[in-house]
Order: sequence, then structure tokens, then C-alpha cells
Amino acid sequence: MKPTTQPNIRIDVADGVSIPDPKDKSLINAWSISFTGAVAILIALCVFRPDPYLEILKFLPDGLLVTFEITILCMLCTIPIGLLAGLGRISRNRFINLLCSTYVEVIRGIPLLVQLFYIYFALGTFIQMPPTLSAVIAISFCYGAYMGEVVRAGILAVPVGQTEAARSLGFTGAQTMRYVVLPQALRTILPPVGNEFIAMLKDTSLVSIIAVADLLRRGREFASQTFDYFETYTVVALVYLIITLLLSKGVSIMEGKLHYYERPSK
Amino acid sequence: MNAQASSPIISIAGVWKFFGSLTALRDINLDIQQGERVVIIGPSGSGKSTMLRSINSLETIDRGRIVVDGKDLHDPANNINVIRQELGMVFQSFNLFPHKTVLENLTLAPIKLRGLSKAEAEDRARGLLAKVGLSSKTGAYPAMLSGGQQQRVAIARALAMQPKIMLFDEPTSALDPEMIGEVLDVMVTLAKEGMTMVVVTHEMSFAREVSDRVVFMDHGEILEVAPPETLFSTAKHPRLQQFLKQIL
Ligand SMILES: Nc1ncnc2c1ncn2[C@@H]1O[C@H](COP(=O)(O)OP(=O)(O)OP(=O)(O)O)[C@@H](O)[C@H]1O
Ligand SMILES: [Mg+2]
Repeated sequence: MKPTTQPNIRIDVADGVSIPDPKDKSLINAWSISFTGAVAILIALCVFRPDPYLEILKFLPDGLLVTFEITILCMLCTIPIGLLAGLGRISRNRFINLLCSTYVEVIRGIPLLVQLFYIYFALGTFIQMPPTLSAVIAISFCYGAYMGEVVRAGILAVPVGQTEAARSLGFTGAQTMRYVVLPQALRTILPPVGNEFIAMLKDTSLVSIIAVADLLRRGREFASQTFDYFETYTVVALVYLIITLLLSKGVSIMEGKLHYYERPSK
Repeated sequence: MNAQASSPIISIAGVWKFFGSLTALRDINLDIQQGERVVIIGPSGSGKSTMLRSINSLETIDRGRIVVDGKDLHDPANNINVIRQELGMVFQSFNLFPHKTVLENLTLAPIKLRGLSKAEAEDRARGLLAKVGLSSKTGAYPAMLSGGQQQRVAIARALAMQPKIMLFDEPTSALDPEMIGEVLDVMVTLAKEGMTMVVVTHEMSFAREVSDRVVFMDHGEILEVAPPETLFSTAKHPRLQQFLKQIL
């Protein structure tokens, strides 16, 4: 994801499934093939070999709920953290700017799994925390840093004329941010934010290592009881894939709706 | 003008502005009376925008003093955001808020800053849209409008704050030729109503028709100030003569 040294070449690498282009109306694309394929395979497996596939599928919902729960909690924490980090990174106050930049730099340099271990095991020697809480803290601070970069880029992408127009009407800097800049930044950052959330959902699978009973952990439990490793992890993978594909579609639909005002003049 | 006796509504005194080693404004002195229409002309890069933008502090000056409506812009006791409410500004690139409808573009500031109710602000906005001939575009988004329409909305947006002074920075320069007239018409109407206006423009017809004084700038300096008839017919400065030759 490092920018290349060559000018005029932009490399877009998303670390999740890609957000479908809302303007792409064709029926056959990577999204539809993956989605129908995953659903069809899952249904076929459950119909033709209910034992063990249907059993596995029935065993997983508890874990799926935990995965969703952690993802949603992390989203709720990541949004304010990312907003503050992003605003801090463009702040003209040197102290705030340095603080936020350092936070982003430090977090980005440490693997999420290590951060998770650090909060659960290392800090756990001082303050005991339930594993779910540790997981939410680790993931939120990690993704908050990434989100901060997205927010920063989104704000900087709003033309400076917008700020000048608002300031010339008499709005303060904060009011300008709130009423004029952020609403526009939100629209440009929605796809990357969606991507971050989808990546986050996938990364919640790391919490299975610290004994949080998420989707992956439930799969592991089932497999270790029945020794159906191949079958279990096939289902787990398909379920993750279906969820992330559905989410990316959701983001795409929302994106299409938010850009309604950009209809070109005739 | 007969208002010379009263104190000016805008007073620019000994103003300098530097961009690094570049001197964008060089000892600018200019007083503008209430109700006066001043047009600023000059070649590209002569500092016209910088001067206009320093009147509402979008550009901060390095030396000198600017007093607007009796308030010194650089006196920390004066709130610049409050002073700016009296200074409407129209930009070359319109700068309408693209995520808001035409009506919302006009009501946002009056509601948040002047404390108008939504109904009051909308009433005022509808009146202004009628005045600029865009009553039918109330619910449209800026991207759906032509350049001329967008600029008329931008003027109406500035007027919605009921400012005492209107600043225009080349309001017609980004427009297709066939749309310039509709924007100038609005500005002429405004001038005839007695609005204090400071207008940077290359439209000499506008300068001739409505301005009280024309200011010629070059290399960050004011070289001549005179009523349009005088300035256009008996240009003293050779650089002004050359500029007029190019533009007329
Ligand atoms: N933000 C800035 N940073 C550096 N230099 C600037 C900046 N803004 C303006 N300048 C320089 O200051 C000088 C005056 O610029 P200004 O925009 O006031 O000219 P202008 O008379 O409005 O020209 P134009 O007709 O092209 O709009 C120019 O040389 C310009 O390059
Ligand atoms: Mg200019």
C-alpha cells in the first residue's frame, strides 16, 4: 500500500473485498460470481451432506452473534477515535497534531495481533479485563488510527473554496467543519470507511486466540470435538465470505444514494 | 460622491502583504464610503484578489491597518466572524455548498449565525431567489445549475446575511460569455439599490455603468484611482494606458 515513486500511477489496493461500483449494473461481475457461488456451495453442501454440514451451520450462529457484537462495538468506538485522530492530524495546534500523528505512527507499526496480546496478556498482569473488552479496545485503537488517516484524506479533499465561502459568511472554523466540510468529506470517505469496517470484521477473528467465542472460535470448538476440520473450516470461510460480500454491497448501495447531488448539469 | 465627509465604511491604510519574498500588496491606501461602488482592475497577479480578500481577513496582512464599519480587523477585541457577517463575498468559482439545495445554501448562515427561524430564513431566501430570477430552482442542487445560475445563487447566499458591504472577486470570469449578462444584471440592480460594493472585474462595461471610482493596481500597488470616465479617457500612468489598450 506504499505509494509508488512513479508519478501519475495510482495503485488502489483494498485490504478487504472490493466495494462494488454502484454504477456497475451488469449482472456478471466478481461480486455476483463470488456471492452466488458461495451461497450455492453452502446450500448444496447442507442439502446433500447435512451431516456434518448442516450440523456445523447450526453450531455457528452463537459465534456469529459474538463476531457481530464485537464488530459493532468496535465500529462505534472507531468512528469517534478516527474522527478525533483525523481532525488532530490536520490541526494547526502543534501539540495536538504531534500527539495524533504519533498515535497513528505507533499503532500502524505494531501488528494488530501483537496489540491484542499486549492489552490482554501484558496489561492483563496489572488490570484484569474480560477478553471481549480487551479485544474491543485493541481493535478500536488499531482501526481508529487507520480511520484517522481516511478522515484526514477526506477532509483535505474538500476544496478550500468551500471553507472560504463558509468563513466569509461568518462561520467559525468549528462551524465550517461541522456544517460544510465534514458532510462533504463523509461522502468521499464512505467507500474507504466501509472497506475498513469490512476488514475490521475479518480481523475480529483474531480474538478467537484469546478465547472469545466468535465465529472462528466456535468453528474450532466444533472441529476439535468432531475432527471434521475440512468441513468445519469450509463452512466458516464461506460464512465470512458471504457476510463481507453482503456488507460491501450495502456500502455500495449507500454510496450510490449519497452521491445523488452530483448529477451533472444539463 | 457626497459622502466624503462621513467616516469611510472601509479604510485601508498602509497595508503590505508578502508571500515569501513576493510583495503582493505594497503600501495600499484606500478609503471606501458607504454606498460607494468601487471597481478594481489590473493585470493578472497585480494583487487585486489579495487586497479584496484582506478586507474580510481571508488573507492576513503583514503591515498596516484595515478598518471595516468602524472595527479594526486586527484588534483582538473584535471578533472577525462577526465582522465577516457584514461583508458578503462572491467568488470566481461560486463555491456553493454542493451537499445543500439552493434554498439550504441561502438559509444555512442566517439560521445558524443570525438566529433566524427556519420559516423566516426561507421567506428571506425565496425573496432573494425571486430577485435573482431563480425562484424555480429552490429545491435544486448546485450541480444541476448552469454557471450563471450558480453565481446568481452565490450572490443571493451572500445577500441572505443582509451584509452592509458586498465583495466580488471576478464574479463573471469563470462563466461562458452568454451567461455573463445575467450575473452582471443582478450586480447592477444591487448597485442601483445603494449597496456598498467592491468589485474586481475585467468587465469594463460594468465599471463604466455603475462604478463611482475605478482603482487600477499593478505589481501590488495602486497606481490610479479615478471615476470611470476620467480614468478610461485620460489615463495618466503608462502601465494603465497599456493595460486599457489590451483589454478594450
Ligand atoms: N497563497 C499564496 N501563496 C503565494 N503567493 C500567492 C498566494 N496568493 C497569491 N499569491 C501571489 O500574489 C500575487 C498577487 O496575487 P493575486 O491573486 O492577488 O492577484 P490578482 O490581481 O487577483 O490576479 P488574477 O487577475 O490572476 O486573479 C501573485 O503574484 C500571486 O502569485
Ligand atoms: Mg484574482
